Order: sequence, then structure tokens, then C-alpha cells
Amino acid sequence: MTTTPTTRATTGPATVRAGGAAARTAFIGLLSRDLTVLRKSIKEFLPRTLLQPLLLMFVFTYVFPKIGQGVGGGSAAGEAAASAFATVLVAGVVGLSVFFQGVQAVALPLVQEFGYTKEIEDRVLAPIPVALVAIEKVTAGAIQCLFAASLVFPLASFVPATPVNLSIHWPLLITLAPLACLVASALGLSFGTFFEPRSVPVLFGVVILPITFLGCTYYSWSSLESIRWLQILVLVNPLVYISEGFRAALTDSPHMPLWAIYSAQVVFLALFLRVGIRNFRKRVLS
Amino acid sequence: MPVAAISTTGLRKTYRDGQVVAVDGLDLEVRTGEIFGLLGPNGAGKTTTIGMLTTSVVPTGGSARIGGVDVIGEPAVAKQLIGVVPQFNTLDRALDVGENLYFHGRYFGMSRAEARTARDEALQRFNLADRATMPVMALSGGMAQRLMVARATLHRPAVLFLDEPTSGLDPQSRLALWDVVRGLQADGQTVLLTTHYMEEADQLCDRVAIMDNGRIVALDTPAGLKRSVTDGTVVRVHVADDGLGGTTDERLARAGAALHQRLPDAGTPSVIDNAVQLTMNGEGILPRVMGAAEDAGLTVTDLSAAEPTLETVFIALTGRRLREGPPQGPPPGMGKPR
Repeated sequence: MTTTPTTRATTGPATVRAGGAAARTAFIGLLSRDLTVLRKSIKEFLPRTLLQPLLLMFVFTYVFPKIGQGVGGGSAAGEAAASAFATVLVAGVVGLSVFFQGVQAVALPLVQEFGYTKEIEDRVLAPIPVALVAIEKVTAGAIQCLFAASLVFPLASFVPATPVNLSIHWPLLITLAPLACLVASALGLSFGTFFEPRSVPVLFGVVILPITFLGCTYYSWSSLESIRWLQILVLVNPLVYISEGFRAALTDSPHMPLWAIYSAQVVFLALFLRVGIRNFRKRVLS
Repeated sequence: MPVAAISTTGLRKTYRDGQVVAVDGLDLEVRTGEIFGLLGPNGAGKTTTIGMLTTSVVPTGGSARIGGVDVIGEPAVAKQLIGVVPQFNTLDRALDVGENLYFHGRYFGMSRAEARTARDEALQRFNLADRATMPVMALSGGMAQRLMVARATLHRPAVLFLDEPTSGLDPQSRLALWDVVRGLQADGQTVLLTTHYMEEADQLCDRVAIMDNGRIVALDTPAGLKRSVTDGTVVRVHVADDGLGGTTDERLARAGAALHQRLPDAGTPSVIDNAVQLTMNGEGILPRVMGAAEDAGLTVTDLSAAEPTLETVFIALTGRRLREGPPQGPPPGMGKPR
């Protein structure tokens, strides 16, 4: 973009700033708006973020072992199995929380703003290219995902009745956690720009449900070896790589090869950004 | 010569591969400091025009510049120069009244301190200071509209766009908003507004472009537009049935002819909305019409005289009324439709 300094006699800004400078400040402004909204809505954010993982961990890793049902059955061998399951589940639950945050922080607000509040039409009047407004949404969503993951992780590690064998691999964690959050947030952008308010039940019932149940959250991808066709089928599910990524970063449990986790996340991120930004432009420009 | 606030050349927008023409080659020049009105019925292309000038509608052809900046080539730069109040409420519902203004300032490059100062000034100026911490959903329609104008002007845009700013407002809020717009103009703000209320265009605008089917069919000051159709007073006469039969229109045509015979200086009478309409000049118009009617043996049931309105202009130019369907109310200064 070129600078176009123009002087006006009576009204308007004295000079027009260069597109790049204006876009940078607008981006920061939009981001600080989204973080302010997060801060203001923290009372809704916390229960919405924490309740699902808390209940999952409570039922699967506290209640089940105690009542002798499900994974592990009270015996010494069963106890070890229960502990291994809790370890697998911790990583899965963190991944699941990140995924849900992407839907809740990006997709649902966008569905509303496009659908009936039309607020987005004001946001795209900020002096910034339309694509960057979409990227700002993804950035703010990713920050929210990271925040959710950092709250859910300690919670998930303390609830289980059996010991959880955590082993944090920092280089993996500090690269994979932001990457996973960006993937989830960009997926939220794709959903949010695609679904209409009236089709939100379809989004939850038909799209999100299979993603979560078949996203390697309750089991590791390598354990699916015995159901080979399923192991291959779930490779199209982005949540698989998010869960497996946290599994690799937080535990010593078996996980998918790292190259596959990284490259699949990068590919999904690129795909969701491309689709999301294209849809976003279509929705705000005519 | 100063840069025009808005200038467009051959601006055009079609949909569905050219089958639907929304705006058909618009050449427009809006001067700095004026309130410019786009007047026309729904579907005339007014909102599409605003959309193209404010970067949300991508033109099919032509060019548009705001304050000298190419809107199509450099939309992100041009957006610094425009403030927009759209037809519907686009206030940020997650933020309160003050925050809506503060963050708008931040989007437009103000520092935190500058945005706070601008917010406080705008709250004072637009009479919203006691509502600064209210959620925007708690505002009345008039107040929400005022906040949208406050927000749209916070960054001192070169042009303020108001799309149907008073549709849906109660009469009192509408008058209040007119005052706000006049106040902004007094400070040098250039305004482009669309409306389908001819009264609004007449009262508020320095110049008015009448749009129909995506084209400008006339452009002048409101007075100039009215002069272009007639330079007299429009007199409307309702008469009782003369008992000579025929349809209502035939009956009224007879009455018009009888009046015209006795008032040769009146323009050719026409029949509009179940009344005879005449255009006359000079003093004592109503007594003269009453006298002529009495002389012709007509019983006048209602009589009114008014300056021509932009509605008159619109009908003259397009042969249609400004608002489709049955009239929602009598035009100002005219008798009740029967």
C-alpha cells in the first residue's frame, strides 16, 4: 500500500496514514477489543470452559475406577490400566477443550454477527484489509484456546483417582500448543463463516459430535491399530492431531509420529484459514 | 480547487452476471461541507451506492474517490476517510456505550489516551454522558442512532454516510437527529445520506439527487428541483359528487375543466389521489378557487394549498409515487386522502 497524504480544508483527518500503519493499529485495536470482551465475560468463560473437562475426568477417571466399572476393574493390573487410561485422557481432554474453545470463541460469535446482529459490518469498516479482520478473529480465538488449555490441564491432572503419569516435553509443548490453538481457531472461522444461525444444531449434532467422539480424545491413535479401517478413517479429523499433539507434549504415552502431527496441523491450519477467509470475504463483501 | 469529497465516474454494480442492474453508471460529485441526499424509492440503488462508496460492495465498473483516495484500489486507506451509519443497529453488543466509542477510536489508530479523550468529548456532544456505562442493548432507538452517529464521526471522517438514518425512528427522534446532522455540518462535516422521505431530503439537504432504477434522474438543490417542475403553489380541491354520473376520475376531470375555465391562469388541472390538482401563482389563491367553484356549482369538501414537494418532482419525473403501495400518510400540507 502506498502513502496518500492529503490535506483537507475543513474536516477529516489532516493526513491519511499509509495502509500498513493503519492496518497495524487497527489489528491491535480489534485484538484488544476481543480480549476486553473475554475479560468482561470471564464469569461465563470459566464454567463453560471447565465444566465439560471436569465432568469427563470425574466420571471416567474417578467414578469408574471407584465403582469398578469401565476401564480398570479394581485389581492391581486394573489399577495400572486405569492409570494409563487417565494419562491418555488428560491429553485428550486438553485437546478437546482447545477444540471446543475454537468453536465457542470464534464460530458461534461469528454465526451471530453474520446472521442477525450484523456487528461484523462495523468491524470491517476499520481501516484494515478484510482478510486481516478474519485473521485477527483467529488470533484472538487462539489466545482464548491457549488460556483454556492452561486452565484445563492442571484440573484434568488432579481429578483422577489413579495416578496420572505426566511428563512434559517443553519444546513440543511450546510449539504444538500454539499451533493446535491456531488450528482450532481457524476451524472455528471456517464453521462460523459457513453456518447460518438456524443450522447451528446441525453444526453441533452432525459435525462436532463425530469430531469429538472420533478425535482420539478417549483413546490414542495407535491403540486404534486393532480397528485398522477406523484408524485410517479418523485421519481426516483435525482433532486427532490436536489430541495426539498434546499426548506427545504432556505424556510418555504412545502417540502418532511427530512429523505427522506437525505437518497435518500445518496443512489443516492453511486449509481452514484459506476456506475461512474466503467465506469471510464472501459474507462481508458483495 | 479543493478536492471533491466524493467523486464517481460511471460507477456501476450488477448482480447475477449482469442480469440485475443495481446501479447504472453513476457520475456524482459531492462538495466538501455539503449535505448531499440520495432520494428514491426502495430498490432505487441508494444503499448499493453507499455500499460501493464505503467498500462493502465491490463495483462491477467505474471509479470512485473519497477525498482523492481511490476507494476501489485502496479500500483500506479509503476507510480512514469514511464514517458509516448503516440502516440497522451494528453497535458492539458485547461492549457498553463508552467502550463502543473508545474501541472505535483504537481501530482508527488513536492511542489509549486519545481514544479516551475522544470518547468523553463524543459522549458530551451527543448527550450520552449519563449512559456511558450502559449496555448498548438498553438504549432506545433514537439513542442507539445517536451513538452510531457519534461512533461514525469519532475519527473525524472526510465524509459521513447515513443510510436511511431516520427510518424506524419516532418523529421526535427524527427531528433530533436532523439537528445533530445540521450541527455536524456547521462544523464542516460533509454528509451523504439516503432517504425515501422527501421531507427529510427537503429539510436537510443542500443538494439532492433523485435516484430511480439505479440512475440519477435529477440533481439540484431542493428548491431548484421543485422549480424545475412548477414554480407555483399546488392547490388540491376535493369536490362532492355532482350527480352527473361517470367514474370518479371522469367526474373530477369535469370539475377540473370547469375550474380551469374560470381560473385561466391556473396550470392544466390534473387528477391525483381523488382530487383535482391545480398550480397557481399570486395572492389570495384559496378565496379565488372557492369563488370559481361556487360559480361552477361545485361543492368543495376539502381544499388545500402547498408549495410543491419533492414528491411532486418525483411523480413528474417517473410517473410514480415515491413510496410503493398505498400512501402511508398525507404529504405535509395536503388534505386527507379520501
